[in-house]
Amino acid sequence: MMLNKNNILLETKNITKTFGGIHAIEDVNLHINKGEINALIGPNGAGKTTLFNCITGFYPPTKGRIIFNGEDITGLKPHQIAETGMARTFQNIRLFAEMTVMENILIGSQCRYRMTLLGAILNDKRTKNEEREISRKALQYLRFTGLSKFANHLARNLSYGDQRRLELARALATEPKLLLLDEPAAGMNLNETKGLMELIKKIKDEEITILLIEHDMRMVMKIADTITVLDHGIKIAEGTPKEVQKNEKVIEAYIGRRRRTA
Amino acid sequence: MMQDIKKWAFGSLWLFILTIPFLGIINALYFLVSLIVLAILWFIYKPFEQNILDVQSKLLQLPMPSIRWSLYFVIAILVLILPFISDQYITNVATSAITYIVLALGLNIVVGFAGLLDLGYVAFYAVGAYSYALLSTKAGLSFWAVLPLSAIMAAIFGIILGFPTLRLRGDYLAIVTLGFGEMIRITLNNWDSVTGGPNGILNIKGPATLGLSFSQPHHYYYLIIIIGIFTIFAVNRLNNSRIGRAWVAIREDEIAAEAMGINIVKMKLLAFALGASFAGIAGGFFASKMKFVSPESFTFFESVIILCMVVLGGMGSIPGVILGAVVLIILPESLRGFQNYRMIIFGAAMVLIMLFRPQGFIGGVRRRLELHPEDEKILKQETESLYDVKQK
Ligand SMILES: Nc1ncnc2c1ncn2[C@@H]1O[C@H](COP(=O)(O)OP(=O)(O)OP(=O)(O)O)[C@@H](O)[C@H]1O
Ligand SMILES: [Mg+2]
Repeated sequence: MMLNKNNILLETKNITKTFGGIHAIEDVNLHINKGEINALIGPNGAGKTTLFNCITGFYPPTKGRIIFNGEDITGLKPHQIAETGMARTFQNIRLFAEMTVMENILIGSQCRYRMTLLGAILNDKRTKNEEREISRKALQYLRFTGLSKFANHLARNLSYGDQRRLELARALATEPKLLLLDEPAAGMNLNETKGLMELIKKIKDEEITILLIEHDMRMVMKIADTITVLDHGIKIAEGTPKEVQKNEKVIEAYIGRRRRTA
Repeated sequence: MMQDIKKWAFGSLWLFILTIPFLGIINALYFLVSLIVLAILWFIYKPFEQNILDVQSKLLQLPMPSIRWSLYFVIAILVLILPFISDQYITNVATSAITYIVLALGLNIVVGFAGLLDLGYVAFYAVGAYSYALLSTKAGLSFWAVLPLSAIMAAIFGIILGFPTLRLRGDYLAIVTLGFGEMIRITLNNWDSVTGGPNGILNIKGPATLGLSFSQPHHYYYLIIIIGIFTIFAVNRLNNSRIGRAWVAIREDEIAAEAMGINIVKMKLLAFALGASFAGIAGGFFASKMKFVSPESFTFFESVIILCMVVLGGMGSIPGVILGAVVLIILPESLRGFQNYRMIIFGAAMVLIMLFRPQGFIGGVRRRLELHPEDEKILKQETESLYDVKQK
């Protein structure tokens, strides 16, 4: 793996998170290169989601630093981190259920605009122009994710696969440099997974870096440029898909776990 | 269908048993019969509900803006000439109804948009009324100077309540806000040297402008209409703005909203402050009209009524909340003839509405976003072309 300093978008330094006595993640060092698709894998309870929550500011890390785009973002609030150019989806879908598909995406695309009380009430020229830009962007992401025909449907009425797509569209609309996806293919059928993979590749072509948690190994091996493996909160391997596939520790972690649950 | 029959059967029986002690068995039986008639009407209506809802959402949605505007126009004319076609009593009831519209629209910001259940909203009404009373009697300021100050005072109290409750949600928030409301009332009741205690404050000056001092009911009626129009205008603009969308997003999912870059703390405090400021304005108006304020006017029951207007009308919907306020003021007034049964019928109506229209009169119809005409065209073309592909 290339470790070019200028090319690193996200770096975690010895990130540790404990809940009571449990070490959910311990001393994890992560390097994510610009423009790549990075997969984060590991058995259930390995600490993948916890790592996401630390990076995106939902959990303050017990120890360690997070450097994003050359800036130390440790301790920032989730909304501040979103502004620095990070967007995420959630393992259990979190949409604004009673809002329309369009409105969901508008929430994403308005992230880059200031909200002022005076602007809202006076609805002056500038506010109007900005509103139009916001809705144009939203339309663009509707099209990008193939959700145009659902623009005025309530989010909760979408099919499962489309809800996942919408969550992705909403995250994209914040115009992130780094997109974090927590098990986007979970619960999808074969067709939907295929569509999702194409979409992720399309996102990569837009020069957005992706960090992806995924259990579907076939998908991971196909689209990931690099893979990081967590087990019991510890990073046990990283490298290209080929390297990771051959790694003894990884095989042990997966097979060991399977034996235990069986 | 079976479910509905069960709901009606249980609901009517329960109300029947409940009303026997008040009405006596004979009258209660009449009551039961009228409920059954209502039930039959409901089941006749039911098969057409979808059609009616469709018509309703079409009316609320796109085309026919001319029909909508002419409807508004007719209502506006009626509202404007009301004092001339009716008596003082009706003018007073209408004034009170519009005051409650202002209150309910303010609470709607907090409960309907931002999803924060506030059971102590009347506290801000009280803060507005007492601010007006004190500034007007002790400092001798005029109505036009004091009204904005009442709003600002209430907004400050909104933020004071907002801060400690930022992390609370649902039931917990409801309990804390309820306590806050009572705290304000009890303080007003006991702080004799400033608030006059249970006796309240007397001889509050009314507004005066251009040599006209407000004395007649219709003076106040037109004043509250101006306040009401301002409120509807401002709340409507907020609803359609980034701020309004952010509030609804917080209501729907706080965590996702945060991940989308919304500053939850700021937006919640803004909701509390703005919601409270409308109550403050309504309170200032109330004090100037009554010329007298006392803690009695600001009991928990008031909070409940205002909340009912919001819930009954349809949370988050501006026309819904307005309708809710009007119905909840006019219904008890028009039932005065029924004396003791009044509150029972009122309560029964509320229970029935909540059983059969939990989303309120005009709730659950999410308005279609109005895009720029050009963007609208693009979206339409795209949607159609997608359907074309599907059909081939
Ligand atoms: N808020 C929390 N409080 C206490 N313990 C937690 C919390 N969040 C996570 N944990 C614990 O941390 C460990 C890692 O959980 P995490 O959700 O990060 O795993 P994961 O790798 O995402 O697993 P999965 O593949 O099942 O999603 C688990 O043992 C979990 O019980
Ligand atoms: Mg997880």
